Amino acid sequence: MAEHEEHTEHSQGFYILIGFGLLVLTAITVGAAFVNLGMFNPVVALLIATIKATLVVLFFMHVKGASEKLTGIVVFSGFFFLALLLTLSLADYMTRAWK
Amino acid sequence: MATTAIPSNQAPAAPKTLNYLNNGHTLKSWLLTTDHKRIALLYLISVSIFFFLGGIFAMLIRLELLTPEGDLLSADNYNKAFTEHGMIMVFFFLIPVVPAILGNFLVPLMIGAKDLAFPRINLLSWYLYVTAGLLFLHCLLRGGVDTGWTFYSPYATEYTNTNIVEAGLAVFIAGFSSIFTGLNFIVTVHRMRAPGLTWDRLPLFIWANYATSLIMILGTPVIAITIVLVAVERLFHLGIFDPRLGGDPLLFQHLFWFYSHPAVYIMILPSMGVISELIACFARKRIFGYNFVALSSIAIAVFGFLVWAHHMFVAGISLYAAMMFSFLSFSVGVPSAVKVFNWTATLYKGSISYATPMLYAFGFIGLFTIGGLTGLMLATIGIDVHMTDTYFVVAHFHYVMVGGVLMGYLGGLHFWWPKITGRMYPEAWARLSAMFVFVGFNLTFFPQFILGQVGMPRRYWQYPPEFQVLNVLSTAGASVLAVGYLLPMIYLLWSLKYGPIASANPWGAAGLEWQTTSPPPTFNFDETPVVTWEAYNYDEIPAPKELEAPVAH
Amino acid sequence: MHTSPTPGAAAGTATMEHEAHNPALLHHFADAQQQKNAASLGMWLFLVTEIMFFGGMFCAYLIYRLNHFNAFAAGSQQLSIKLGAFNTAVLIVSSLTVVLGVKAAEVGKRKLLVFYLVVTVLLGMTFLVVKGFEYNEKFEKHHVPGPSFNFTDTFDDNGQKIPVNSKEAELFFSLYFAMTGMHALHMIIGCGLFSVLAILAWKGHYSPGYYTPIENAGLYWHLVDIIWIYLFPLLYLISRHS
Repeated sequence: MAEHEEHTEHSQGFYILIGFGLLVLTAITVGAAFVNLGMFNPVVALLIATIKATLVVLFFMHVKGASEKLTGIVVFSGFFFLALLLTLSLADYMTRAWK
Repeated sequence: MATTAIPSNQAPAAPKTLNYLNNGHTLKSWLLTTDHKRIALLYLISVSIFFFLGGIFAMLIRLELLTPEGDLLSADNYNKAFTEHGMIMVFFFLIPVVPAILGNFLVPLMIGAKDLAFPRINLLSWYLYVTAGLLFLHCLLRGGVDTGWTFYSPYATEYTNTNIVEAGLAVFIAGFSSIFTGLNFIVTVHRMRAPGLTWDRLPLFIWANYATSLIMILGTPVIAITIVLVAVERLFHLGIFDPRLGGDPLLFQHLFWFYSHPAVYIMILPSMGVISELIACFARKRIFGYNFVALSSIAIAVFGFLVWAHHMFVAGISLYAAMMFSFLSFSVGVPSAVKVFNWTATLYKGSISYATPMLYAFGFIGLFTIGGLTGLMLATIGIDVHMTDTYFVVAHFHYVMVGGVLMGYLGGLHFWWPKITGRMYPEAWARLSAMFVFVGFNLTFFPQFILGQVGMPRRYWQYPPEFQVLNVLSTAGASVLAVGYLLPMIYLLWSLKYGPIASANPWGAAGLEWQTTSPPPTFNFDETPVVTWEAYNYDEIPAPKELEAPVAH
Repeated sequence: MHTSPTPGAAAGTATMEHEAHNPALLHHFADAQQQKNAASLGMWLFLVTEIMFFGGMFCAYLIYRLNHFNAFAAGSQQLSIKLGAFNTAVLIVSSLTVVLGVKAAEVGKRKLLVFYLVVTVLLGMTFLVVKGFEYNEKFEKHHVPGPSFNFTDTFDDNGQKIPVNSKEAELFFSLYFAMTGMHALHMIIGCGLFSVLAILAWKGHYSPGYYTPIENAGLYWHLVDIIWIYLFPLLYLISRHS
């Protein structure tokens, strides 16, 4: 556990840069939606969304550089258990047609 | 911070000094308390009220089932009786009973803290519980609900005329009570352990409540959103589960059981934590395989999220999903079995005594094993196809819920009663009561295994006459069980005024909670303890004279 | 299994001056750092519950999109990409102002902190106003699920009728309203929270020694932003290329 105060490590400019990056990624995701990538359209959209979410979590929410790994574990487990809900439910829906 | 060295049970009882019970007598000092111990007592009162209410509905069910015809209740009222029995017992008793009462009281004490991390949120948790309870009572007065505690779509979302939205809102609010309790426990255990109290020195009761809290945080929100979707479908006909609009009623079941299966581990894990404490104390030995028992709690919490569709084997899920969930359900039995084996191994060469808490612990081990094994039977698809929705399932879950959770709770309540109240309960009455509970329980629910196996469906109000003998046995057992529940009400209340004053550590037990007075002062410890010993250091603690039984070496 | 030293151990001397007169220190904590870490972990755990809460709806969405892709794509195309993208940008900027507000709080710049908090609330309200326009448009085009829902009289950009199952399209809009509605509710709560914090900050409640509520409210706001980051492509950008 840190004995000193946890300060946001980055400068104002750094955060503005991240914000700008998020805006750029938004523009990319809109643009990509108009390109026919077949079955990869949703994959690309979700991938970009995940990159954006990761940037927010790591930098805006200060998970990167947090004094304890616990914060990262908590975040990860939230998304992990959601993934379990989605995956195992899908395991039912996607195999119903098999016979 | 002073060092508290080798623990002793020599601290004098101090009923006249200031403790958390006599520190403020006004109603306001109780209703606006932030002391985790007082909040635990507030929960004790409210949860006990709901337990008896749920028991009244159980009584109605068992009385109706004395005869094959439906003669006591109408069919609709019978539906309401089992629904309300289930909802009250699940949401207002089983889920909060051990964490909110024993957990709230003991977690800060066991880790040497002054309170939980968020005392005001703890009080909020209780008010949410009471609000939910009152809302549910209001729902009952307006006619109740008849969907079964599982309120499946489409009956609950469209066809029933009963107060689903109100009952759903009550459960939603109770869910947040649960979430805040879990949140409090996790932060407390991570951030507020006394100096020297590393994770591997924690009592197993703490590990158990920690694992329970993980489930509360991760699972409860899913039933919250499910209730919202049901309410929205019912009120605005949005059709999220309506096949006519492209929806799927099974989606409801997936979302419902994603929480409701882990919920049963919320119920049993804290009780298992109690059992670890009881076995260690009354065998005067460190729990065998401490690491395995600790990690098995976490394993149950995690694996418990992977098995929910075993409630849906015949509902229409794909065969391949069913097989996967069946396999996963077998795996979740392993950590539970690890605990049972380790508790049994702890008894070997222990110095065993048979005070009431230990009787409940023994009862737990046997009955939970039966409940757990029958659960594995139900996890086997081939068996489940025949047994699902029969009394076999009812018997299974009552064995784990009553034979497991409730036994653990009663054992813990008796064990920590002197710490909580400063008084000892009358041992003879308590042992008698434990016998009533054990005999009554088995007489009530063992016949139900047979009933299920010969084909009696659950939630049915009439049955073929050839099933009557078993039903009568079951109802007779329920009457005996009821006596077993009423006796503690009487003698525990009696002990508050007339019970012998308890010392700080009447059982000679290990654990920080026994190193402060009975009852503890408001801030738990006069000085924060510094822990330099391992958990369950019974080799260092002399047994109190009353407990020295003829040793069976 | 020995992990990091337990909290409550001797606090670093740097924080000792705070303890003597930090009015925000609650009695059951050993020191301010322990209290801050506890509050932070508590907020993170609450955020996990929010992830699972919205997650149930994402699960419903995922399953129904797979089963009724055409109807979902048609429904999605009825949403305004311009407004959705604009709102996404608004939220991203508002997350930025939150972070900058926290930075201001760290160094005790009270007026700057208040400025950023107020801007955050204004951006949040902008989002809600735009959402209101979107909902209104859906209402006018009879895309609100319920008795007045009508997709058969909806035409695509070429003036053609859309050959999808109207009932399944209604399902899409049910999820659209449920998910964005729940998100909007959380935005309203967030705006309320930040308004209160702005007032308290103006009154001088926060200092470099204590600005935990700002940080933790910020975490909440960022999560609501993240939920929208996923909602936007999933609801607005299904199959836009056809």
